Amino acid sequence: MLDSVTGMLRDLGRHVIGRIARLGFAARFFLGVLWGSGTAWRRFQLTIREVFFSGIHSLIIILVSGLFVGMVLGLQGYDTLQRYGSSEALGVLVALSLVRELGPVVAGLLFASRAGSAITAEIGLMKATEQLTAMEMMAVDPVARVVAPRFWGGVISMPLLAAMFSAIGVFGGYLVGVVLIGVDEGAFWSQMQAAVDFRLDIVNGIIKSVIFGVAVSLIAVFEGYDAPPTAEGVSGATTRTVVTSSLAILALDFVLTAFMFRGL
Amino acid sequence: MQRSTMDLWVGVFVAAGLAAMLFLALKVGNLASANLSESYLVKARFDNIGGLKVRAPVKSAGVVVGRVQNIDFDAERYQAVVALEVDKRYQFPRDTFATILTSGLLGEQYVGLEAGGDTEVLKAGEDIKKTQSAVVLEKLISQFMFNQAASGEKKEK
Amino acid sequence: MDGEVTTESLVEISDLTFGYDGRRTVLSGINLNIPRGKLVAIMGGSGCGKTTLLRLIGGQVRPSQGYVKVAGRVVHELDAEALYRMRRKMGMLFQFGALFTDLSVFENVAFQMREHTGLPEELIHDLVLMKLHAVGLRGAHALMPSELSGGMARRVALARAIALDPMLIMYDEPFAGLDPISLGVIGQLIRQLNDALGASSIVVTHDVHESLQIVDYIYFISEGRVIAEGTPAEIRDSSDPWVHQFVWAEVNGPVPFHYPGSAYREQLMERSGA
Repeated sequence: MLDSVTGMLRDLGRHVIGRIARLGFAARFFLGVLWGSGTAWRRFQLTIREVFFSGIHSLIIILVSGLFVGMVLGLQGYDTLQRYGSSEALGVLVALSLVRELGPVVAGLLFASRAGSAITAEIGLMKATEQLTAMEMMAVDPVARVVAPRFWGGVISMPLLAAMFSAIGVFGGYLVGVVLIGVDEGAFWSQMQAAVDFRLDIVNGIIKSVIFGVAVSLIAVFEGYDAPPTAEGVSGATTRTVVTSSLAILALDFVLTAFMFRGL
Repeated sequence: MQRSTMDLWVGVFVAAGLAAMLFLALKVGNLASANLSESYLVKARFDNIGGLKVRAPVKSAGVVVGRVQNIDFDAERYQAVVALEVDKRYQFPRDTFATILTSGLLGEQYVGLEAGGDTEVLKAGEDIKKTQSAVVLEKLISQFMFNQAASGEKKEK
Repeated sequence: MDGEVTTESLVEISDLTFGYDGRRTVLSGINLNIPRGKLVAIMGGSGCGKTTLLRLIGGQVRPSQGYVKVAGRVVHELDAEALYRMRRKMGMLFQFGALFTDLSVFENVAFQMREHTGLPEELIHDLVLMKLHAVGLRGAHALMPSELSGGMARRVALARAIALDPMLIMYDEPFAGLDPISLGVIGQLIRQLNDALGASSIVVTHDVHESLQIVDYIYFISEGRVIAEGTPAEIRDSSDPWVHQFVWAEVNGPVPFHYPGSAYREQLMERSGA
C-alpha cells in the first residue's frame, strides 16, 4: 500500500520535473533563436521564403474561414438583436467580436494547425534525416539558418493573417446583414465606427495576434527541433504543436483580455 | 519556385495584410474621424459622473468633438475630475457648460458641451467651471415617487 | 600487425572514452591515427560506436576521457568559433546523404560556398558544376533530392562534402544500401577524390570487401575498443579469429549468433512447466 503511494508520488514528481525541465529548455531555446536571429534579418531572403510558406499557404483557409465566421456572426447576431429592435447594432457586434477576439484567436488556431504543424514536421524531418547535423558539420548553425527564419516568418505572417481574417469577416457580416437581410447600410457602418475604437480595439487586437504569432511559431520550431529523430517522433511532435499552441493561444487570450479590457 | 515569383507573392501577401489593417483602422474603427487631428486638454469637475468611461465621446450639439481622456477622484473636494481631449479645430467659450448625458434611456454616457456667451475661449489645461452631474436613474425614480406621494397627500386635504 | 605510422598524423586519437549520459560506455580507450593523405577505414559490427567516433572528431559530442586532435589542436577544447572554423576544413558524407530536401542539387552543393565565402555568383556556378562533374552528375544539377536514386543522392552528397576542398573527409557508411554498380562507383570516387584533393579520409563502414580494395589502412573496432589494425594485405592474412570471422562473414565465431540468454533446454522446460 505504502509502496504504491510512494510510487505514484514518485511518478508525479518525475513528471513535474520533466515538464519543468522541458519548459526551461524551451526558454533557453527561445533565447538561442533570438540570439541567432541576425542571419534571418541580414539575409532577409531566407525569412521571405518562410513568410511565403507559412503565410501564403495559410491564406486560403484563413480567408474562407474568416468569411464564413463573419457571415455566421451576421445571421446569429441579427437573430438576437432584432428581438430587442436594435438590428442596426449588427455592425458593432460583428466588428467587435472579430477585431477583439475571433480574428486573432481563430486565425491563430488555424495558423497553428496549418503552418505550425508544417514547420514542426519540416524541422523534425530535417533532424531525422540528419540534415541539421550535416549543417552543423558544415559549420553552419542550424538555429540561425533553419530555425530563426521560420520563427520570424511565422511572427510576420500571423498579424497579417489575423487582420485579413477580421477584415474579410466584417465583409461577410456586411454581406449577410446588409445585402441579404437588408439592415440599413449607413447605420451598419456608422454605428460600427462609433463603437470600435482604434487604440482600444484594433491596436489591442493586433497586439494579441503578434503575441499569438510569437507563441505558435516558437512552439512549432521548438517541437520540431526537439522531436525524436524518428517517424513516430516527428508525427508525435506535429500533434503536440497543434495541441500545445491551441491551448497556449486560449490561455494567453484570457490573460491578455483581462489586462486589455479590464476597465470596461 | 523562382525567387522573384516568391518575392512577388510575399509582396502581395504583405500588402494585402497591411490593407486589411488599414481597412480595420479606417472603415471599421474611428481612426479617420477622431485620432488624426490634434487636440487640447480641459478639465471638468463633477459631483457624480454616473457610469462615464474613459474614451467616452464628448459631444456638442450632437457632434463628436472629443473624447474623455482620463477620470480621477479629487480626495479633497470629493469630486470626480474628468480630463477631456477636445479637437483643436473647435474652440469653446470660457463659460461653457459641461453635462453628463445618456444616449437613449439606458445607453452609454457621454459628456455634452453647451457653449456660453463669453468672448474669451477655453485654453489647454483650464477648467470648465459650470458642470452638471449625471442623472442617476434611481434618484430620479425615488424623487418622482416622493412627489407623487406628496401631491396625493395634498389632494386628501 | 602493428603498422608503424611514420608520417605526420592529421587526426590523432588518444585514450578516447565516451558514454552517452555517462552510463552506457560506447567507446573505451581508443587510440588511432589518420596520417595525412591516407585513406583509413574504421570497421566494426553495427552499433559498435563507429558513427560516434566521427561525431567526436567533428566536435559534436565531448569525450568523457582522452582527446581527439585534428591538425594538432584538441577538438573538445576549441571554443564555438574555432570549432566552426575547423569544421569548414572538414567534409562529411552522411549515411543516407542528408541532402537538404528543400534545395536543388545545385543549391545543395553551393550551400557552403554561399554560407562561408563571398564568392561572386558566376564563380559559384562554375565551381558547383566542377564538383558535380567530378561525381558525374553535372547533368542533374537542376533536380531536387527527391528525384534522385539512392546512389545518385550519395554522389551529390559527396560533391557537397568536397565543396570547400576539405583537408579531412569523413564518410559514414558510404556503401550502405547501394547496388553493386553504385557501390563500385562510390568506392572509386572516394579513392580518387582523396588523391586528387590531397586530403585525408576516414571511411566508417562494415563493407569489408569494397574497403579492402580502396583503403590504405584499417582499424577494427569491437565493443568500444580497437581490436585489430593493419594494411589490407595484413588484414586478409590475419589469423585473429575475430578479424577472420568479420572478413569472411562467418555466422559463428567470437561474435556469437545467439544473443546471450539462459540455456535453450531450460527455457523450453520453463515454458511448458508453466
